[in-house]
Amino acid sequence: MTTLQDTKKSPQNGGRKGPAGGLLSRQWLGPVIALVLVIVANGLISPSFFNIKVVDGHLYGSLVDIIHRGASTALVAVGMAIVIGTRGIDLSVGSVIAISGAVMAVLIRDTSLSPFIVILAALGAGLLCGLWNGILVAYLDIQPIIATLILMVAGRGIAQMITDGQIVTFHGAFFEAIGSGYLLGIPWRVIIAAIVIAGLWAIMRKTALGLFVEAVGGNARASRLAGIDARGIKVLAYVISGLCSAVAGIIIAADIRGADANNAGLWLELDAILAVVVGGASLMGGRFYLALTVVGVLIIQALGTGILLSGLPSQYTLIVKAAVVMVVLLVQAPRARQMMGRFWRRRDPQ
Amino acid sequence: MADMAQPVLSARGVGKFFPGVKALQDVDFALMAGEIHALLGENGAGKSTLIKVITGVHARDAGSVQLDGVEIHPGHPGEAQHLGISTVFQEVNLVPTLSVAENLMLERQTRKFGLISWKKTEADAREALKILGLDIDINRALGSYSVAIQQLVAIARAVALDARVLILDEPTASLDADEIKTLFRTMRALKDKGLGIIFVTHFLDQVYEITDRITVLRNGRLVGTFETANLPQIDLINHMLGRELAEISAHRHHARDGVVDRGNHIRIKNLGKKRVLNPVTLNLSGGEIVGLAGLLGSGRTELAELVFGAQRADSGLVFLDDKPVMLRSPRQAIRAGFGLCPEDRKQDGIVPELGVRENIALALQGRRGWLRPIPRAEQDKFADDMIAALGIATPDREKPVGQLSGGNQQKVILARWLVSKPVFLILDEPTRGIDVGAHADIIKLIRDLCDEGLALLVASSELEEIVAFADRVAVLRDRELATELSGADITQNNIIEAIAR
Repeated sequence: MTTLQDTKKSPQNGGRKGPAGGLLSRQWLGPVIALVLVIVANGLISPSFFNIKVVDGHLYGSLVDIIHRGASTALVAVGMAIVIGTRGIDLSVGSVIAISGAVMAVLIRDTSLSPFIVILAALGAGLLCGLWNGILVAYLDIQPIIATLILMVAGRGIAQMITDGQIVTFHGAFFEAIGSGYLLGIPWRVIIAAIVIAGLWAIMRKTALGLFVEAVGGNARASRLAGIDARGIKVLAYVISGLCSAVAGIIIAADIRGADANNAGLWLELDAILAVVVGGASLMGGRFYLALTVVGVLIIQALGTGILLSGLPSQYTLIVKAAVVMVVLLVQAPRARQMMGRFWRRRDPQ
Repeated sequence: MADMAQPVLSARGVGKFFPGVKALQDVDFALMAGEIHALLGENGAGKSTLIKVITGVHARDAGSVQLDGVEIHPGHPGEAQHLGISTVFQEVNLVPTLSVAENLMLERQTRKFGLISWKKTEADAREALKILGLDIDINRALGSYSVAIQQLVAIARAVALDARVLILDEPTASLDADEIKTLFRTMRALKDKGLGIIFVTHFLDQVYEITDRITVLRNGRLVGTFETANLPQIDLINHMLGRELAEISAHRHHARDGVVDRGNHIRIKNLGKKRVLNPVTLNLSGGEIVGLAGLLGSGRTELAELVFGAQRADSGLVFLDDKPVMLRSPRQAIRAGFGLCPEDRKQDGIVPELGVRENIALALQGRRGWLRPIPRAEQDKFADDMIAALGIATPDREKPVGQLSGGNQQKVILARWLVSKPVFLILDEPTRGIDVGAHADIIKLIRDLCDEGLALLVASSELEEIVAFADRVAVLRDRELATELSGADITQNNIIEAIAR
């Protein structure tokens, strides 16, 4: 594999001018162009797409809607990106959403604890879930897809046990504000997601954690021999993913003012993985891109909105989504790039 | 029976070049029908490259390969197999969950009306095993048998393909004494049937037990082909380790007497692990280079890993300046100021996706912990300094290390440790697979390091190298310390004698 890369990539890279800049811009190019194209397409389909109105001091419009709906997926996806960076995967995120939502709803309904404690408890549930996944993967050496599959399946059962199999609804001004309130016209959930994602970015890129995550994902043995606690890093990645999912769970439960153990966060792991991959990361680990992952989420969300706006029968939704995602991935695949590169060179012989 | 004068397989002037490395240069090799021919050499000598060229894993860059006098150009191992060259690797390349019969007949099942005839397939499988005198239940899963039996099944499969040439790549590495006997019996039976067998191993006693002739490679070049019966073991080791190259008499032994004590005393006391290494005691001090000599499998790498905490020792201690060092993980060793450049840089060294800068920063950052990131400007400076000092050939410091040549990857790993400023550095085969220019650079660097007060333990299979830079040499044999040489006693002759005894 590596020798193949050696021979195939070096001429390409050798020809590039300047350090790193080319690589970075190339990394950005695919997802960002895709997002722009999807949004422009949406605008063509429905001219009112770009309209942003202020109603009651709140922003309204399709663009706002995309960000609003994408907030919870983005939270889950950035956690997923870090896990994938360690060459892992977390299938249990949907179940963690259900568990944390259930914990929160039951505590609000049955106790008079302060919202602060309730949120801590919901986050604690997510942390425990992540810890469980991390220990299975890092210390018991279970393959990540299997290890997290366990909690994916069991987690919904746990959530149902917490809620006694019912949809638990609640009332509370604080949580209603989180779910559907606004600050300066911006939805609270968007603000929360932005703060969490920005914080995570800072933790990863302003400390050495991001480097460690990528080193462990790229070569766990070598990282250990370089003095990095490879197992600890893996556990941490799953804990972060669990916490991100818990925040998403809180937002989702607050939004519907209740916990639906069966359906909260259902299939969200797939959108999250898709977003990470569309954002340019490889499932083989070794690199993760938080900002591009968010771009990936927006692409997927904008696609869904666009399909709705176009009035296409709903049965085409998934197929169109899959087709667009495939195009984005193809554009990023080294092999497809090579072929395109050859194509361009042939047309422009210089 | 084939004519003994005409080789069944011959290679002439074979060359194979990888970026920065001449893996094979002008190698001649001839295998007769009905002979067992050992292919010997230390790691990186070119044995496996030669085999890969013969079996079509690599395309050769120069020379010719002929089978029964006909030029062949196999494009992949399957094609070589169809031509009659079968290979059995150390790791059995079969499907453990399938039955013995299914494995034997994989892709060759007898078909009837487009469907597999299991009856006929089983009969064929029995036939194939009978050749080897192997009596086992062919319907049991292959994985339920010992590695030795699996190995034999792999050989049966290889031979059943009307093979003319059988290549056994380290087949005995995971076998016990009885299993080896069975294997050898099989090899002799196949030899009597007129097969030419190439036997790759690093167990010299086995070479003398079973082979007719020996071909020795070193640094990608042919040393020679010899009749096993006429080659004393000590000469063989000479050939493998390169003793007849100009003996470097003027080795630089610093005027050690009366030198200031630079601290950094490392005392390795009875360090050992069951079935890995018998307890070893060894001392070294700052400014001193201790060479670690011994054949492959003698325990060189194992000692390095035990001292570094990469494997956990079950006896003994390591002291730094009379204080015991906890060595339960590489992390602890690194905290104490130890470093290890591993032998297998692909597996244990580089993080291929990360850039040169990040790879260099890794060990120092690991020691500082995640909360104290090395400022980017400092990282850039480290990386640029090292790229210049070691002559790392890379277009820029962000280039993914996986895309550099082997020699440059090795330099990046070395840079990683230099940047982390260790007090005790272990280099396991620091010049493995590196071209001549880089080789000299690295040796010079090792000397400079040591002059700065670093204690160095260098494991190497190149005696020339060890003699050139070591102040003392510890010779390992059969997983224990055989002897220690110092001063004027450090000659290639003495080392070879200690290894061979």
